[in-house]
Amino acid sequence: MLRLEPRAQPSMAMSLASPLIALALTAVIAALLFVALGKDPVRGLSMFFFEPLNGLRPVTEVLLKATPLVLCALGLAVCYRSNVWNIGAEGQLLLGAIAGGGMALWLAESGFIGPRGAYAPLVLAAGVLGGMLWAGLTALLRDRFNASEILVSLMLVYVAQQLLNYLVFGPWKDPRGFNFPQTPTFDASTWLLPIARGMRLHWGAVVALVAIVVFWIFLFRSWRGYQLQVGGLAPAAARYAGFSSRQALWTALLISGGMAGLAGAMEAAGPLRQLTPHVSTGYGFTAIIVAFVGRLHPLGILLAGILLSMLLIGGELAQSRIGLPNALTGVFQGLLLFLLLACDTLIAHRVRWQGWRALSGRTVQ
Amino acid sequence: MLRLELENISKQYPAVKANDRVSLRVQPGEIHAVLGENGAGKSTLMKIIYGAVRPDEVTPRFNAQTLQAASPAAARALGISMVYQHFSLFDTLTAAENVWLGLDRSQSLAEVSRRIGEVASVYGLDVDPQRPVHTLSVGERQRVEIVRALLTNPQLLILDEPTSVLTPQAVDRLFVTLRQLAAGGCSILYISHKLDEIRALCHHCTVLRGGRVTGEVDPTQETNASLSRLMIGAEPPPLQHRPAAPGEVALEVRGLTLASDTPFGTALDDISLQLRRGEIVGIAGVSGNGQQELMAALSGEDVRADADAVRLFGAPVGRAGPRARREQGLHFVPEERLGRGAVPTMSLAHNTLLTRGEALGRAGWLRTGAMRAQAAALIERFKVKAGGPQAPARSLSGGNLQKFIVGREIDARPRVLVVSQPTWGVDVGAASQIRAELLALRDAGCAVLVVSEELEELFELSDRLHVIARGRLSPSVPVAQATVEQIGLWMSGLWDAGPAATETAAAAP
Amino acid sequence: MNEFALLLAATIASGTTVALAGLGLLLNEKAGVLNLGAEGMMLLAAVAGFAAALATGSDLMAFGAGALVGGLAAAVFGVLVIWLNTNQYATGLALSLFGAGLSAFIGQAYTGKKLQDQVIHEVPILSDLPFVGDAFFKQHPMAYVTVAMVVLCAWFLYRTRAGLVLRSVGESPESAHALGYPVRWIRLAAVVAGGALCGVAGAFLSVVYAPMWVEGLVAGRGWIALALTTFATWRPGRVLLGAYLFGGVTMLQFTLQGMGVQIASQLLAMLPYVATIVVLALISRNPLWIRINMPASLGRPFHPGA
Repeated sequence: MLRLEPRAQPSMAMSLASPLIALALTAVIAALLFVALGKDPVRGLSMFFFEPLNGLRPVTEVLLKATPLVLCALGLAVCYRSNVWNIGAEGQLLLGAIAGGGMALWLAESGFIGPRGAYAPLVLAAGVLGGMLWAGLTALLRDRFNASEILVSLMLVYVAQQLLNYLVFGPWKDPRGFNFPQTPTFDASTWLLPIARGMRLHWGAVVALVAIVVFWIFLFRSWRGYQLQVGGLAPAAARYAGFSSRQALWTALLISGGMAGLAGAMEAAGPLRQLTPHVSTGYGFTAIIVAFVGRLHPLGILLAGILLSMLLIGGELAQSRIGLPNALTGVFQGLLLFLLLACDTLIAHRVRWQGWRALSGRTVQ
Repeated sequence: MLRLELENISKQYPAVKANDRVSLRVQPGEIHAVLGENGAGKSTLMKIIYGAVRPDEVTPRFNAQTLQAASPAAARALGISMVYQHFSLFDTLTAAENVWLGLDRSQSLAEVSRRIGEVASVYGLDVDPQRPVHTLSVGERQRVEIVRALLTNPQLLILDEPTSVLTPQAVDRLFVTLRQLAAGGCSILYISHKLDEIRALCHHCTVLRGGRVTGEVDPTQETNASLSRLMIGAEPPPLQHRPAAPGEVALEVRGLTLASDTPFGTALDDISLQLRRGEIVGIAGVSGNGQQELMAALSGEDVRADADAVRLFGAPVGRAGPRARREQGLHFVPEERLGRGAVPTMSLAHNTLLTRGEALGRAGWLRTGAMRAQAAALIERFKVKAGGPQAPARSLSGGNLQKFIVGREIDARPRVLVVSQPTWGVDVGAASQIRAELLALRDAGCAVLVVSEELEELFELSDRLHVIARGRLSPSVPVAQATVEQIGLWMSGLWDAGPAATETAAAAP
Repeated sequence: MNEFALLLAATIASGTTVALAGLGLLLNEKAGVLNLGAEGMMLLAAVAGFAAALATGSDLMAFGAGALVGGLAAAVFGVLVIWLNTNQYATGLALSLFGAGLSAFIGQAYTGKKLQDQVIHEVPILSDLPFVGDAFFKQHPMAYVTVAMVVLCAWFLYRTRAGLVLRSVGESPESAHALGYPVRWIRLAAVVAGGALCGVAGAFLSVVYAPMWVEGLVAGRGWIALALTTFATWRPGRVLLGAYLFGGVTMLQFTLQGMGVQIASQLLAMLPYVATIVVLALISRNPLWIRINMPASLGRPFHPGA
């Protein structure tokens, strides 16, 4: 029988290998699923792991989708390391889109027209503020009323979705949009410009790369980052040291809200250039998975963001090219996280084969 | 027929051989001590007897039969009962419900309540079955544990460090109960490191060191010195206690009154004390009488007091947090090492940053090289056995981590050092090193406040002694004039009463 | 007047799902395990229940399928969290995300399908009473079963030895282990039982209340059920009360729309979620009170060897 034996020291090697093992297992199960659905497993897997990187244009699409994931996940990593369980990043992202979109619409209506992309920074700044506001609500309720940030941030996701629906079906609806639920297209001065002609990948990707460096410095070389992590690892030690848990709560939530809001505004001002009810395809939740698969580490998050972006695109490709339902992507994402958590036990434990003796009842402890 | 017989019992764990060919013999009705310092293998041995751990090859024999206890419940059914050092009680349930959970299913709750009353009167263990456990004092909780063990009609009762939570008077009453039990034929295994108690109570003593038996003696024929030699291989070096020369008042607490901020805590009531430079003041007391709350108020983890209630060199700091107090020269060593004094998964280098800011650069940049150097210097100066400054705090043994934490605070050259339980769970060698460091600190002019549950330690270290009981603080008494009996009385809160109090104390919980 | 009776009836029907799920989560939490996967379990069970009802035409089979699927999902969660000691929050989240994805995938075959028309359920004699009959006695039998389950749960927890053992495990698993109780098996049993109840809740939603399947049908009720256990300070009777309160607020949006109140439907749809936040804030305000009532080991992992 197999037995789990605790290790004397957690294994660094396993810490890095665990996501890879989880990925491999997910791929195996995916292949089995393809066969069960009557599709060629190799073709199916290539849709997810090969096709998205096959050429310059596909790679830019991967990076495009990875940008909001990485931005959100960086903020979530700060939160989770501080033991603040923000799972409402989706709502904060939507509020960022709403705020950014609102800024873009207001600029156009008030007659502020400029050269292409000139006002994008304003739109993005509005998005950051919008996300911070939404996360700030969660922080306030936890700070003042001790309400669980898990439940409050989640409830606010549903509220944010309804708010977005209300705005695009109502006051912000494009009067010349044939009654479709969408805002007018944003003026070109508020667009987040592509990096080069012919691709949809915009400057937000560069922002994301810079953010990775900034967050690494914040988490591992800054006093504030140190305080947050002590608070997350050992709250009594943080109190002993004199670190304010209240400051930690607000810092973590405002940072992650701001990042999610930034991601949301980028989606609105970048590829979409308007607001619709489908600004986000669950990026805020996928970002949670990116954060964990990335080991809550900025470099890991970069890799995990690219991986999950490939899964998302792979799902679309699989649907259009070999007729696999798009909903599979959601299954694989969830499966990956589950398997990752299971594989993580190997970091703290060793698996031993005890032989068939165990079945005869003569176990030695 | 021997009640319990262990012959060449061994237990090997991945990193250490916890028990190495241990042999032990207990007669019916005998009180048998198992003496050894922390890490000697006592608890592993008890777990083997009690069925929580399987020995490697040979099994013990109980009443001349092979002991096949696969679990604590099976051991209980055979007549072996254990009272743990850390109680297995459920705070929100009543005493009766707690006892009921510790027995097998055959009796109803009402029946158990009735039997609790019977046992209580026979052995003088006062327990109200209907009270929720969180309202009970620590001594009362131990009584619930003992009653629970007694209701299983044990033939062998194992007690693990039972007196660490009792006043000296309560210890005497416990001994009366235990002798009564033994006279009735029950054998008792008494695990302890307190030499005086073992010599007063026990018929026989097996001494363990490093997993092996170093001696099987009659404690009534031994001295503390000889037992100590068996336990640690040598006598600990005597502490150099030079006479104190107290200077200015460093820390002053006046009228500190604080309601508890947890549901099961102790409120502080009008606490006053003065601490001068160049002296060590001790605070004695059984755990659960307000020490934790007082420590939090002094360290700055609790800032609800009046600003004036705590003064540091005359400046009011009652509302100041730990960082502000450290800047004024007040450092604190908490009683919990892992999780409060240090972050378990962080390296020693990162853990220095908790209370020492020297390695911080401008704008809050972490200078990891400086952090490592600082930790390495601490490791060297205080002889901490660790895998280097990058070793995670939890990889150190209790004694070494305590040396590191105490060292970190001493190295800050504090003007006032407050220490809580300085040598709890620490091996004898490290304990004497820590005590010597505290004395040296005091000789160098620091003001030191030590809170401890070990009376012998306080008598060794302190110049003056207070007692804390139920949230109130006694006046201080010079150690040279204090006696264990007097301190024991004070632990029941009776420091401003007359001789009549002595009788009340003898009967109080 | 009749409208008010109908509102009450709708409230009870709406609250039944959340009540059942809340009860299941209560069992979980009394044992000290926090299962954030409620939403995922309910989604999976909703699909399973709908499929079963479509295939067999029987409500009972649907509830059975829901309970089975919920229990199975909970078992996977339980093994990970209790034996492999994975982080309870992350694992629960994983279950919710996985359940959302898998239910969307499997449910594609059932979107837009219709079940047989529901039989009108009426309690004989009692349902003819004025007002009270309309309000309380024209419910699906599961509504009454739910009330019975609440009573059963309270009796189990507070009047039986097994319930005492469960509560003690939630209070201090270390002490329970020291006394020789199989803490991990007890926790697993609580988790699976809780999962089964969440499963029945999900099946009720898709087969009786909605009745249909569409992606994301549960719409956050699993999370609201989690909030409910805190709101109810971990007592079964209060879970029922809170569930009906929530059901009432959910109904409120339709009542207001029907009364012609000029608020956009999307804003009204926010009501249940905002109400949950408000309630959470009010209840959690006193940390001491929460400490006394909350199972002390909730959310913390248990290591038997430590």
